Amino acid sequence: MLLIHCPYCDDTLPELEFAYAGEAHIDRPKDPSALSDEEWRDFLFIRTNVKGIHAERWRHINGCGRFFNALRDTVSDRFFTTYKAGEARPDTTELEAAG
Amino acid sequence: MNAPVTSVDRVSIAVLPPVARFNLRIAPVDLKKASAAFGLTLPGKIGQGARNGDRAAYCIGPDEWLLHAAENDQDAVVAAFEVARAETPHSLVVISDRELTIEVKGPAAAELLTVGCPLDLSCIAVGRAKRTVFDYAQVTLIRDGEDAFRVEVWRSFFPHVHGLLKNARREFAVGF
Ligand SMILES: [Zn+2]
Repeated sequence: MLLIHCPYCDDTLPELEFAYAGEAHIDRPKDPSALSDEEWRDFLFIRTNVKGIHAERWRHINGCGRFFNALRDTVSDRFFTTYKAGEARPDTTELEAAG
Repeated sequence: MNAPVTSVDRVSIAVLPPVARFNLRIAPVDLKKASAAFGLTLPGKIGQGARNGDRAAYCIGPDEWLLHAAENDQDAVVAAFEVARAETPHSLVVISDRELTIEVKGPAAAELLTVGCPLDLSCIAVGRAKRTVFDYAQVTLIRDGEDAFRVEVWRSFFPHVHGLLKNARREFAVGF
């Protein structure tokens, strides 16, 4: 079982307390009716599906209840860090350079 | 509820009498006002608990608290927070009947809970509480002592959680 650090609880807890909630940092368009069908499709469905470091949302559903973001390697499942919702994605250039 | 108390030497399970329970959501900056209304200083960090007689408060989210009071005090607590509403917006939801409380007590209490709870229970200090999961059912786990826990579980999940604990206790009793 993965152990995940909740930035609100400031505690590292078993995966069973958490729910995955998709890719992070996808802003809902401010004026959806101004978008083309293709743009709206991309917003709804098209994700990066990255192989490597992925910024993703998690919810501490069986805990404090909060959504937060995590950087996880989709190959190894390793969590590099987690951070509160609304915070910027941490810089991962060095991590990515290190492979 | 008059559920039977089941006990072997190492661990006992009991269903505790009803209490008044509340779920409080309030901005942390207004915590002092909530403490004044409740008559107990509410803890500020997730996991922390505070207790004075019948009154208890456990912080279970960044802006969320579980409050306990004597069953007869339920209306008084609601009235006190109703007064505080003029000063601070908040939500106080009476959840007294939503949950039942199972007491798990004895030297093997923590071991029994590991049957359904994935947490490292050694990390929960006495007096603290945590919302977590017990075999897919969401529960609030309160640690009252080294060998004493309370499990608050939603009524509809109670037969499952209580049944599992009872079965596991029987297995402990026959030496598994
Ligand atoms: Zn949390």
